[in-house]
Amino acid sequence: MYKAEIDVSYKPSVLDPKAAVIQNTLQRLGQTNVQSVVVGKHFVLTLTAADQAAAEAQVDAICDQMLANVNMESYRYTVQAVTA
Amino acid sequence: MKAAVVSFPGSNCDDDLIWALETVCHQAATKVLASATTLDGFDLVLLPGGFSYGDYLRSGAIAKFAPIMAAVRDFAAAGGYVIGICNGFQILTEAGLLPGALQANTSLEFRCAQAPLVVANAETAFSNAYADGATITLPIAHGEGNYYADPATLAALEANHQVVFRYADNPNGSLNDIAGIVNAQGNVLGMMPHPERAVEALLGGTDGLGVFDSLMAATKGEPHVQHA
Repeated sequence: MYKAEIDVSYKPSVLDPKAAVIQNTLQRLGQTNVQSVVVGKHFVLTLTAADQAAAEAQVDAICDQMLANVNMESYRYTVQAVTA
Repeated sequence: MKAAVVSFPGSNCDDDLIWALETVCHQAATKVLASATTLDGFDLVLLPGGFSYGDYLRSGAIAKFAPIMAAVRDFAAAGGYVIGICNGFQILTEAGLLPGALQANTSLEFRCAQAPLVVANAETAFSNAYADGATITLPIAHGEGNYYADPATLAALEANHQVVFRYADNPNGSLNDIAGIVNAQGNVLGMMPHPERAVEALLGGTDGLGVFDSLMAATKGEPHVQHA
């Protein structure tokens, strides 16, 4: 069994209105040293696979196919073997 | 013109489209469920507004995997006319049938308003009943209508005259004031404003009729009345 942890967030070139509002509000709260805010989505999948490489290949495909819109989002993930 | 209006779980403008097509425009319109697998015999396919699959993950991200979408892809690839309105536009971008993506409005607010638009290209199958450069007013109602595309994609859209409608007063942060685009082949349109909600004076305006008149002309080759 493998556990994949996936983070999806906007590409740096895309203005994220939600992150901008959070950063503006932090400034207003006096947290003036906060230089940037990234808002993302976190997914945790558990899956069976023949080996680590197969699990990673499948997770990559799932990100491209569904979890991220690669027009405006990028993703990164970790995959680790876990006991069932 | 025989139109198919695709109804996804969570669509809520499907009946409005059928009303506009049947009652106002006197065209045959059939509701086709998202679970269907064929669009044979139709001249036009419409993806309505709403909140398909609850907008889970991203607007349109689940709808693109609905069984009917394989038929929509085939229909579009064969040159058939496809129009996605509001959530339908979001579905078309998610499905890769139109470039770019729609993200949250820069205001982070749901915008429900009458939006003045400029007809940026009146030579498409979806806009030929309008005068080029005309200003029309259509309702908008969306929280995620902020059109984004990377610079190369945006430049290509402009170079190919694929922008069909632009906001006269940008309500959502869309790049280049984009309210509606066609694909490079010109047979797939996506737009955030709702032409089907502007087809009778009782609704507050008839500027949306031009979209349906354009399609009737494109599918039948009949002369049409120019609006605006």
